Amino acid sequence: MSGEKKQKPRPPQEEGVVLTPEQLKRRRARSIAIASVLGFLALLFYVVTIVKLGPNVLHRPL
Amino acid sequence: MSDERASLTGPDPYAMASGGVASAGVAAGEGHAAPRDYFELLKPRVMSLVIFTALVGLVRAPGDVHPVIAFTALLCIAVGAGASGALNMWWDADIDAVMARTRGRPVPSGRVTGQEALAFGLTLSAFSVVVLGLLVNALSGALLAFTIFFYVVIYTMWLKRSTSQNIVIGGAAGAFPPLVAWAAASGTVSLEPVLLFAIIFFWTPPHFWALALYRADDYARAGVPMLPVTAGPDETRLQILLYTLFLVPLAASPAFLGYAGLAYGAVSVLAGAWMIVLAVRVFRVREGEAAVKAAKGLFGFSIVYLFALFATLLGEAVISGLLR
Repeated sequence: MSGEKKQKPRPPQEEGVVLTPEQLKRRRARSIAIASVLGFLALLFYVVTIVKLGPNVLHRPL
Repeated sequence: MSDERASLTGPDPYAMASGGVASAGVAAGEGHAAPRDYFELLKPRVMSLVIFTALVGLVRAPGDVHPVIAFTALLCIAVGAGASGALNMWWDADIDAVMARTRGRPVPSGRVTGQEALAFGLTLSAFSVVVLGLLVNALSGALLAFTIFFYVVIYTMWLKRSTSQNIVIGGAAGAFPPLVAWAAASGTVSLEPVLLFAIIFFWTPPHFWALALYRADDYARAGVPMLPVTAGPDETRLQILLYTLFLVPLAASPAFLGYAGLAYGAVSVLAGAWMIVLAVRVFRVREGEAAVKAAKGLFGFSIVYLFALFATLLGEAVISGLLR
């Protein structure tokens, strides 16, 4: 038993699709574009709500 | 429908364009497109013309619309137009792949898959219509929905491949934006925006047929029954001339009906006269390089003509707004 050498665990093999650096760059660019659009829409909906309702935004039945 | 598409274009280039290319080259397609590829799906050059004509409808409509609401309306109209472009590129990938002018588009070149273009177009269509309907008004939302439906289903899926009158009827889709914008600003539709619609509607055939005259081989190869392919170049030249003779007085009519001022009257008459000169030249010069040059000249000037008409309408509205 004592003579048995404990083997070092091997690093896990990469499985599935491995993206190339170019693909990773494009994915990052798409993520930034989607985040920008979502941020812009949140701002737009906020501003339009204020424009359409004005101070009445606070006057609503509870 | 898919059988008909395949028979028009030979050995299934559609499947290749919408899936085969991408699966063969993972690096290019299948979820790895850059944002600019998606932006290209929106047909930005067409979109810029849509924004411009919609802006004219928005500015000339009666009533005061808040700048933020006006901006929202323009944005929705632009995105709706872009979504139509994306859906058009999804459906027409087989045609685009065999035409020199369009084979570099994102779907036929394999940078975006057909399914991605479809999902992108559908999402943006739904979003633009719902946002316009909820944030601006229901009438403009409904008109935008109809415009997208008309362009994608009536023109792209049906007329484009089945009749040489495709761009005559399909031209209505490109003519709707000022009407939608007018409805967004005023909540109604009257004769003036219908005239704006009619000007673009009757401008479309001579504009596109001038292009089709010197791109007839491309259209024939793709199986698109454009007028020069089905009826020949001589009949196309006659139709161009007739449409231009109808268009020019129609385009001048807002000035005579009191909707537009002297500047518009002058521009529409002078630029219209030049349109007629160019259409006559296309009609008379039928052979060789000079005929191609005449068609290119009319195609190029038709863009300037429409731009001049709408820019003058815009300028007049802005100046009268400043003087008020």
